[in-house]
Amino acid sequence: MKDFYSNRKYVIAGLFLFVSLIYIIRLFSLQVVNKSYRLSASSNVSRSVTQYPARGLIYDRNGKLLVSNEAVYDLMVVPNQLREFDTANFCTILNISIDDVRKKIKQAQDYSFYTASPFLKQISSKTYAVLQEKMYKFQGFFVQPRIIRKYTMEIASHALGYVSEVDEKAIKENQYYRMGDYIGKSGVEKSYEDVLRGRKGVNIYMVDVHMRKMGSYKEGKHDITAIVGVNIVTTLDADLQEYGELLMRNKTGSIVAIEPCTGEVLALVSSPCYDPALLIGRIRSENFIKLQQDTLKPLFNRALMAQYPPGSTFKPINGLIGLQEKVIYPSTEYYCDQGFYGGGIFVGCHNHDSPLNLPRSIQNSCNTYFCNVFRNILENRRYGSVAEAFNSWREYVMSFGFGSKLDSDFTNELKGFVPEASYYDKYYGKNGWRALTLISLAIGQGELTTTPLQMANMTAAIANRGFYCTPHIVKSIEGQSDIDFRFTEKHKTKIDSSHFEVIIKGMDWAVNGKPGSGSTARRARIEGITVCGKTGTAENPHGEDHSIFIAFAPKNEPKIALSVYVENGGWGSTYAAPIASLMIEKYLTDTLTKGWLEEFILNTNLIDHEEKGNTLE
Amino acid sequence: MRRKVILWNSIDWVTILVYLILVFLGWINIFAAEYDEEHKSILDISRRYGKQTIWIGAAFLLAFLVVVIDSRFYLFFAYAIYGLLIFSLLAVLVFGREIHGARSWFEFGPIRIQPSEFVKFATGLALAKYLSAKHLNINNIKSLASAAIIVVVPVLLILLQPDMGSALVFFSLVLVLYRNGLSGSIFFAGIFVAILSILTLFFDKLIITTSIIIVSFAVFWIVERKMKYVIYAMAIFAVISGSLYGLKEWFTFDLSNYFILVMSVVLSGLVYLFLSYRRKIRNVSIIYFLMVGALVFTFSENYVFNNVLEPHQQKRINIVLGIEFDPAGSGYNINQSKIAIGSGGFSGKGFLKGTQTKFKFVPEQSTDFIFCTVGEEWGFIGTLTVIALFSILLIRIIQLAERQRSAFARLYGYVVFSIISFHVVVNIGMTIGLFPVIGIPLPFFSYGGSSLWAFTILLFIFLRMDAGRMEYFI
Repeated sequence: MKDFYSNRKYVIAGLFLFVSLIYIIRLFSLQVVNKSYRLSASSNVSRSVTQYPARGLIYDRNGKLLVSNEAVYDLMVVPNQLREFDTANFCTILNISIDDVRKKIKQAQDYSFYTASPFLKQISSKTYAVLQEKMYKFQGFFVQPRIIRKYTMEIASHALGYVSEVDEKAIKENQYYRMGDYIGKSGVEKSYEDVLRGRKGVNIYMVDVHMRKMGSYKEGKHDITAIVGVNIVTTLDADLQEYGELLMRNKTGSIVAIEPCTGEVLALVSSPCYDPALLIGRIRSENFIKLQQDTLKPLFNRALMAQYPPGSTFKPINGLIGLQEKVIYPSTEYYCDQGFYGGGIFVGCHNHDSPLNLPRSIQNSCNTYFCNVFRNILENRRYGSVAEAFNSWREYVMSFGFGSKLDSDFTNELKGFVPEASYYDKYYGKNGWRALTLISLAIGQGELTTTPLQMANMTAAIANRGFYCTPHIVKSIEGQSDIDFRFTEKHKTKIDSSHFEVIIKGMDWAVNGKPGSGSTARRARIEGITVCGKTGTAENPHGEDHSIFIAFAPKNEPKIALSVYVENGGWGSTYAAPIASLMIEKYLTDTLTKGWLEEFILNTNLIDHEEKGNTLE
Repeated sequence: MRRKVILWNSIDWVTILVYLILVFLGWINIFAAEYDEEHKSILDISRRYGKQTIWIGAAFLLAFLVVVIDSRFYLFFAYAIYGLLIFSLLAVLVFGREIHGARSWFEFGPIRIQPSEFVKFATGLALAKYLSAKHLNINNIKSLASAAIIVVVPVLLILLQPDMGSALVFFSLVLVLYRNGLSGSIFFAGIFVAILSILTLFFDKLIITTSIIIVSFAVFWIVERKMKYVIYAMAIFAVISGSLYGLKEWFTFDLSNYFILVMSVVLSGLVYLFLSYRRKIRNVSIIYFLMVGALVFTFSENYVFNNVLEPHQQKRINIVLGIEFDPAGSGYNINQSKIAIGSGGFSGKGFLKGTQTKFKFVPEQSTDFIFCTVGEEWGFIGTLTVIALFSILLIRIIQLAERQRSAFARLYGYVVFSIISFHVVVNIGMTIGLFPVIGIPLPFFSYGGSSLWAFTILLFIFLRMDAGRMEYFI
């Protein structure tokens, strides 16, 4: 039977075929043209789990372990796998309340029912041991190990630095880091972060829609094995460092000790210091805030960042420059009648023998003598103007490492300040100043500022008779034959080495001069060792002056050079010199011959009681 | 008047072959979708693939029973079968078991039966019988209403369950009416409004507007049958919208594309009206105003939906439309389904190697989203094959329908075509993101006894009629 509407079969079939054609085109574009769905599918099923390597260990120069790692355990919970459990027992083991448990489980549920979230972070290994035996009772919980830093000695927190979670800035700057990773934030941990951190690994798992692990992705073809961090041997001497921190207890200030011929830093004490273990793990952020709020600023690394005028400890440099410029000779003498008078300017001096030659003026720390020397340097006819002569002086000073960063491997090192002629032009106008205007520079006061590290380095340069190696804290890196070239290169000062002996003779006399000859640092004497030193006082407009002492020993073939700062300690000879001598003796002989001196230092408390209440143990 | 016919020789083996291939492909894809390392046998009846094996066996048995029954049975008992199944729809509302909030299943021990699946062929039989009456003018309001009642009764009962997807299927029967002489303009206008109302709720107004414009051009062509006019009209529109867009880009006006489209419609409308007046093309203005009317309808519907209806009413409509049947957030199903299909690439990841499939990223993978497994594991080749197989089956059904001597058998053939094609279009369309998610199975493919049996009965009743077309002359 043919009917009138028979042709409509074509419309109907056509409609269906038209839709089919659209579908085929759509499928072609979905499956063949568009490749992005393949990526989406693999990101659906694959989950990367980062494997954190152990961080490199840190040793002292004698192989003593300073920093290692410790496993702690995060208790994780997967809410949908939870079954009924004995909460009382659970709470007793973990020492938490039932309310805590409820709250934490709720938090985890809010985050996800199927994925693990931390229930309790960083359980001690002791608690873990108890918990581990009973884990089978607590379904839905599991323990994930984590590695944190462990300190074997409570020392060198400033030098070693600390690690903490990366911030967003670091993540942005470096592709390597991801949220939650740890990074060295200061000290060795920061400078050698690349070496210490090793390389993270990754295991890729396949997961189903509920995030359950379903085996490894493509048989682990894309997995990356974690590489353990490299160990580092520092130049620190743990015993010396510990002793330095002991001596500096209840004082603010710093000690920097350097091995002169290598530039290796033997001790770097900034006081008050803090126990490095305060800045690890769960307690870190709380303690960090406490330390930050402490009025004595324990986090502030005075050894690198405190900038003081060097005071009289700078006199040897002016003496050396005078010799090099031939404006004085070792035998040049100047009269001193309790001060220097010239052109309406007066610089006071203390009572001592007069006249004095160069070494004896160092022994006596005569201000008058060095004012004359400085005037001679600036008024030298060789130069067209005082400004020119001054800039030449500046060149000499800077050749000792002042006025710029030493480029050590410490982070946060500061520059100090050595003014230029143009600096004074700004104040006094061009040619508006003369040698006497700047006379305070003669005795290391005025605009000049230096850091304790720079002063120790200067001492090392004197001990070396004219050169220094950039101070550094890393002695060797496991698997690398050399440390950075910049630490082995010798930096020559602009002073001929022949000029040093007379200055060193002065520094020797300052410590070992006969009684009554005006030696300023007799307290630094050690039986059997020739210590050469120079006292100094940094003027402090805010209170008692800072006591400074620089020293090296033995006089010939020096093994240690150091700078000691005791804030508000008054004269250099009072506290700084004894501390330096105790340090030297400790390092060179490992014995103590002057117990009374040690007792005196240990019993000295220069920190106000009120402020002491704020400090941490 | 009866002639002896040997069933074996006269039954259409082409259709049966395609049917068998589809069932087989469905079976192995269910196996892949539900595959479990611990139950590797496809015959393991604790798994869905094992159960499907049983359902398939039962389906073959049913097919055999359907075919051995005298073909006149279906004509004579069409209303009885219809009545029985309508009764079962009533019964399921009382005795049925509620699953996922819908009371759609009878439970007999381990077996669940979904009567709404079987109502489809019963309604088809009743409708075919009613329409095959001699001297029936389908464009007569009374007959149209009667036909509509046959269809609407099961629809309402299914909506009470509620099961929007199954209910929607019945609207495909309008194709049968169309084939039987329903006015083309009613047919297309009805389809157009229905599609528009639903799409308006789903899609962005930009897409709707664009579609309306395209449809208008198509209507223009259908009415005028002069490609030249259509091309002129399109060119005018292209020039106006193009220059508006150019102006926007040139002067960097902050105008949305949607605004430009509406402006183009208004401006080109003025040009059309002017030209049609000059040239005396009478239909242009009518079509233009109909188009504007459609646009206004679309946006007033959106406006009513968003501003007049209460939130809970909106939610109810959305749930009925399946818009909010989306447990893990908007578009999760479709997105995962597209990822599964798209990641298959040209030749697929291989049997049992689909990660989206294996790790259950696509919900309802073995039932409504079985096409994803095909797409992921067999790639474009697989999806093309499945679409080709359905096309062969459906075109073959039209061929068979057209060779029937009785109007009843021919109309029933179109019922089979309508129901299967609706399922195929909607099911595949939703997995590839061209259709909203309406939960209806892919015929012969999806897991489930009821749907497989119902489709088998639907198809084989027709094959029996076809085999017996020389037997009787009614």
